[in-house]
Amino acid sequence: MSLKTLWILAEKELEDALRNRWFILYTLAFMALSLALSYLALAGAGMVGFAGFGRTAASLINLVLLIVPLMALTIGAQSIAGEEEQGTLTYLMAQPISRTELFWGKFLGLALGLLAALLLGFGVAGLVMATQSASAADPEVYIRLVVLAYLLSLTMLSVGMLVSAFTNRTGVAIGVGLFLWLIFVFFGDLGLMGTAIALRVPIDNLFYLSLINPLQVFKMAAILDINTSLDILGPAGVFALQEYGDQLFSLFMGVLALWIIVPATAAYWRLNTKANL
Amino acid sequence: MITFTQVTKRFGNFTALAAFDLTVAPQQAVALWGPNGAGKTTAIKCLLDLLRYQGTITVDGLDAHRRGKAVRRLLGYVPQELAFYPRLSTVETAKFYARLKDASDARILELLELVDLTDHRQKAVGALSGGMKQRLALALALLADPPILILDEPTSNLDAAARDHFLSLLRQVKDENKTIIFTSHRLEEVEQLADKVVVLKAGRREHECAPEELADLIGATRQIKLRFAPDAPDDVMTRALALLHAQGYAAHPNGTGLIVTVAAGAKAAPIGLLNGADMPVADFELE
Repeated sequence: MSLKTLWILAEKELEDALRNRWFILYTLAFMALSLALSYLALAGAGMVGFAGFGRTAASLINLVLLIVPLMALTIGAQSIAGEEEQGTLTYLMAQPISRTELFWGKFLGLALGLLAALLLGFGVAGLVMATQSASAADPEVYIRLVVLAYLLSLTMLSVGMLVSAFTNRTGVAIGVGLFLWLIFVFFGDLGLMGTAIALRVPIDNLFYLSLINPLQVFKMAAILDINTSLDILGPAGVFALQEYGDQLFSLFMGVLALWIIVPATAAYWRLNTKANL
Repeated sequence: MITFTQVTKRFGNFTALAAFDLTVAPQQAVALWGPNGAGKTTAIKCLLDLLRYQGTITVDGLDAHRRGKAVRRLLGYVPQELAFYPRLSTVETAKFYARLKDASDARILELLELVDLTDHRQKAVGALSGGMKQRLALALALLADPPILILDEPTSNLDAAARDHFLSLLRQVKDENKTIIFTSHRLEEVEQLADKVVVLKAGRREHECAPEELADLIGATRQIKLRFAPDAPDDVMTRALALLHAQGYAAHPNGTGLIVTVAAGAKAAPIGLLNGADMPVADFELE
């Protein structure tokens, strides 16, 4: 594998992502909502103005849960299927490049695109807070949320690329991507609570069930990072902390890493073994 | 040297290429001839490792599947369906592929000049005409100055003028002693470019022949329109028709002349026949 070729393909993918109108729209929406949330975070306390980093980070968790997966799934789903539908993939693969370079070049380019979008969204809100908020003393928790949000975006990029590798129609890929987004969102708090009540799932199983959903893992990791406890999640959160203690955050990171590696590897395998391009 | 050995490609139950053998010597231009669905494009896509196949293809001793990237470095490819990134300009497109092929900026400018696209270098590729896109594809194929050129129906989407221009470019490329494999179902393309023709039918290799033998082999015919001088006798058309029919030609009057169906490789024969019978043909054109 040539790193030079991989980087050329990644650059091309990054440029395409930054020109993609949906990507731009999601980024601007995320930036605007981040700013609005940081402004409104103090409203509950009867105050007006920009809140500090910690309070804003807590407010941003739910926003990240909705927009970041949607953005990553959409661009991931378009990545391979879109080129296949246009015919550009066939022409590109007729050049002196390997399928390995193509896939990982695309992944890297899109990952950098997502990083740019998140840095812009979080960065503008962060900059405003740093200059406008009276209580903006500790930006570390905010920066760690950016890192967690980025890991979440990579999990959804992997899933999106997996969908994309299994279809050659952009519309189908995006449709499946949106359906998966709905499932991931639904199987958050509401879905898990409903399942727990309906099936009388024991507390420990409920926690393990929540580990299946990367959105839920992100949320638990972010809450744990901000609060240093998961009491807010009820008995399942208490169980998790008692069972895993200091290792809990590492467990969450491990699950997120698996959600990045497994779908991306499966997507790569699919592209690499495709008989006809 | 390019060799296909017992190459078979199936799409489900459909066999697109069946135990196909081919040898192309260095600097040889080989035409793959056949109707749509004959397996020409499939053979080319197998060579490029875009399709997985049974059998073996080697290029200069390298296996086209196992060493696909190295093989593609030796090939320049002009596809039938031109699919470029529509938002990139002509020069941006060339730069992107030049980076993948380690070609210099100077080479880009040289090739855009060769294919007459210098004035269109800032234009979005999506806004180029079919002929311009075809010329751009040729320029991209030549970026790394590869020893082998692969052309899939290179003039199928072009009008007559653009076709002539493109064929003249291909003749220039051929004069640079490149090995060329191209697919076609146009006789004039084969006659102008090929050293050898391989005829495919339903995925099978049917014949191999010299380009000048192809017309007879496939029984190709053309129609020509013959005109007589204005001062020719009034009954010249009637006498000419009778003579042509007597010699086995299909012919019928059409306005001021005659339409005659002739073998593609013997278009001048009825003219000679009529001239010899004191019915001089003043003009003719291909229909």
